Amino acid sequence: MDRDLAQQGLRESATFDRTTIAAIQHAAETGIYDIRGGGAKRKVPHFDDLLFLGASMSRYPLEGYRERCDTDVVLGSRHARYPLHLSTPVTIAGMSFGALSGRAKEALGRGASEVGTSTTTGDGGMTPEERGQSKHLVYQYLPSRYGMNPDDLRRADAIEVVLGQGAKPGGGGMLLGQKISERVAGMRTLPQGIDQRSACRHPDWTGPDDLEIKIGELREITDWEKPIYVKIAASRPYYDVKLAIKAGADVVVLDGMQGGTAATQDVFIEHVGIPTLAAIPQAVQALQEEGMHRTVQLVVSGGIRNGADVAKCLALGADAVAIGTAALIALGDNAPKHDAAYRELGSAAGYYDDWQAGRDPAGITTQDPELAQRLDPVLGGRRLANFLRVMTMEAQIIARACGKAHLTHLEPEDLVALTIEAAAMARVPLAGTSWVPGQGGPT
Amino acid sequence: MCGIVGLHLREPALHPRLGELLTGMLGQICERGPDSAGVAVYGDPRMSPPGRATTSLLPRGHSAESVVGAVTALLPAADVGVFEGGQTLVVNALTEPEVLRAAVRRAVPDAVVIGYGEDVAVLKGVGHPKVLADEIGLVHVQGWQGVAHTRMATESAVTPEGSHPFSVGPGQCLVHNGSFANHATIRRELRADGVEFDSENDTEVGARFVAHQLTHGADLEKALRLLCERFDGFYTLLVSTRDSFAVVRDAIACKPAIVAETPQWVAMASEYRALAHLPGVETARIFEPEPEQVYAWQR
Amino acid sequence: MAALSPAAVDPAELSAAADEVVTVDLAHSSVRELNAALHRRDAAERASTWIVTRPDGRHSIACGLDQELTVEVDGHAGYYCAGMNQRATVTVNGNVGVGVAENMMSGVVRVHGSASQSAGATAHGGLLVIDGDAAARCGISMKGVDIVVGGSVGHMSAFMGQAGRLVVCGNAGEALGDSIYEARLYVQGSVKSLGADCVEKELRAEHLSELAELLTLAGRDDDPAGFRRYGSARRLYSFSVDNAY
Repeated sequence: MDRDLAQQGLRESATFDRTTIAAIQHAAETGIYDIRGGGAKRKVPHFDDLLFLGASMSRYPLEGYRERCDTDVVLGSRHARYPLHLSTPVTIAGMSFGALSGRAKEALGRGASEVGTSTTTGDGGMTPEERGQSKHLVYQYLPSRYGMNPDDLRRADAIEVVLGQGAKPGGGGMLLGQKISERVAGMRTLPQGIDQRSACRHPDWTGPDDLEIKIGELREITDWEKPIYVKIAASRPYYDVKLAIKAGADVVVLDGMQGGTAATQDVFIEHVGIPTLAAIPQAVQALQEEGMHRTVQLVVSGGIRNGADVAKCLALGADAVAIGTAALIALGDNAPKHDAAYRELGSAAGYYDDWQAGRDPAGITTQDPELAQRLDPVLGGRRLANFLRVMTMEAQIIARACGKAHLTHLEPEDLVALTIEAAAMARVPLAGTSWVPGQGGPT
Repeated sequence: MCGIVGLHLREPALHPRLGELLTGMLGQICERGPDSAGVAVYGDPRMSPPGRATTSLLPRGHSAESVVGAVTALLPAADVGVFEGGQTLVVNALTEPEVLRAAVRRAVPDAVVIGYGEDVAVLKGVGHPKVLADEIGLVHVQGWQGVAHTRMATESAVTPEGSHPFSVGPGQCLVHNGSFANHATIRRELRADGVEFDSENDTEVGARFVAHQLTHGADLEKALRLLCERFDGFYTLLVSTRDSFAVVRDAIACKPAIVAETPQWVAMASEYRALAHLPGVETARIFEPEPEQVYAWQR
Repeated sequence: MAALSPAAVDPAELSAAADEVVTVDLAHSSVRELNAALHRRDAAERASTWIVTRPDGRHSIACGLDQELTVEVDGHAGYYCAGMNQRATVTVNGNVGVGVAENMMSGVVRVHGSASQSAGATAHGGLLVIDGDAAARCGISMKGVDIVVGGSVGHMSAFMGQAGRLVVCGNAGEALGDSIYEARLYVQGSVKSLGADCVEKELRAEHLSELAELLTLAGRDDDPAGFRRYGSARRLYSFSVDNAY
């Protein structure tokens, strides 16, 4: 169809393209900003712009199966009595009950436990489904404190103090009335059916100096048993990671702009925060300068999609990754079989991002009981476990090809970049050259 | 992010204990600021002999002897002396404060002047605050007023120049807990007005803004009110001059501040535990400053 | 399940006077040792009253309690005193720092002095009584707690207050109840200004009796009729262009 338009002599503007025109028209019609789910959609330098240098004359690969390439990781060894021992570095990122249905949270727990990794609660508190199914559960501590209570704190395996998420650095949670069901409302102490307003800052501390005292309190309440994670949105990771370390974090979770959200203003998602690729080297440099690399673990999230992405994050210096959007897709989000239903909603399979609306035909980002029934938690859990295994094996394939006996033995020197931007952001040479652009300046 | 303590002694009988009390206060705020620290002391006869001007500097490798020699060459009749305080030198001389400062800058152009005036010594450096306090012998210091700051660097580097206090006017010191959000623009404006900066630190912009207002005729209270209007961010500021001590917080007031007052002294700190061991604190009037209100005490 | 680390000194063994009362001197024991002892399952059996001396502004004193016992703090506490309290009664004979009784679920916390910011922040239940003043953000994001302040509260108190009741016998600072949900606020003195969507509401019989009950629990004899009630206008409950700021 576009070819026909072009043959007629019609030419789309790059500045006022059709997406932009539609956005202006929507604003003029409704007087309200566009709210949607997901992460940044526009193309930014990402892991696809990096390639691995596999074994050659000077480096030798490892055989599959027989020759070990281990994937285990320990998170939270700095202070906690009981750090998390995971079988794979791929973990499930924080997503709220409220944003997701109870069955979706259960499915995530099942899948993660089957492969020996962790899931994370979100901005709605801990559900029995998730705690019941998830062998390793990270409990988020957010500005809203919805559902926060010391019993769940003690039931958790780790605590994640959330400063921000990649989709909206500086923004608070958002859940619209159509998803504030009776159960969600009860857990969050909100009236049913209203649009939730959330704070963007924590209510009882601001700044790393006071965060240090807050982390001390959380440790005291849980008798120093559990690792304390600090989650930051990718913005100024060089400074933020140093401050998180100084405030006492055991693990830093870094979420790039491609990280998803259940609901936020499109303008926030697309225009605030930096790409995951650009954030990692800054964070690793901060850890190294503090002498804390591998002592304080780094978990990276924001657009992790496959084993190659996992391997690249680890090669750049991360200890683990977290997946959100990819996990939902594995469960069945945007599946082709729902295409007719998506089209009825004005979308299409592969494009659906109106997670805030709670009308999800796949039954994942909804509170509607009828729709939620469509997701079978056992089947969903199995699909997630399959996906996690594939990601882990893909990462091992790459690591073995680079001669590594453990995924975290991957290093920046195993990588080259396809573009100047990716080379500069990832701080690896442009393929075929020894040039790393962008060196200079304080970070 | 940081910790601040300040002590203003009304009772002369307590002046010999200034350093001891300040050391105790400083010890309680190291966790808030483990990177670096600084202290401003008013009235210590060893650091700032009475009747003399002082200039405090980070000598950047120059020895005390060479600095004294170079300054003496410019001011031969001024009987130039020096106090060595860890990473800082405090030069004193029988002359006007502005004259000594200018001479020091000419004599040691690559040093960083971190304070000047009469009866004031400013000492700062990188490293753990307790170590710095030992280096300068803080516990033996005397005087009527002291301000100390421990730093957890937020966006600029950990350097001695980046530490607080920023002392950019005669006897004036400013320490800051929090961070500004629009200081880059204000720095550009001040530079365009001829103000020079020693660091990329956001606090320095606040300090030079206040000094700039003071040189243009504002009093301290007005200068701080103008700062509140102009600067975005969350901040608790403690500003001291030779004869006064002032505290102000931004409108949102998320960063902590506690003031304790007795007839013998006024003290301010980021956390109460820094005040817990001051003599007479059991009966002190303890309060938290209201946002955007300047609280000032005169000597 | 809490357990004392092997190296820790057990304060109860040190100064076990009567069975009923244990004194812990924080000049000699650490806050960790104190909290570990209070978290032990038999803490309430070992002593129904625990007295903490020389707190000197230390942080996280008596936080995470979950038993029916009494803790008396003799002096000033730092941040997060009695944080996440459940079932215990904590009394402070002095002032408290930021976040006293933050996220409390049940039990009673009494402060005879004044409280710093965010007193009772995000608390779900229980009773917090402050005899002196509370500072800014008293009852921020409260989720069901009852707070009674004998003095005044600072700005942004009851910000995003979702549930529970805040009683202020003195005055309230700027932006009281900004963005409030369903918490109920009673103020005897003046209110410097009301926050977004917070309005004065009619004081009916059921409010007077609720207020009287709270004042009695707090040990106060102020006359309920002298208070005014404030709460949500509920105009911000759905995002719409007319609510834009």
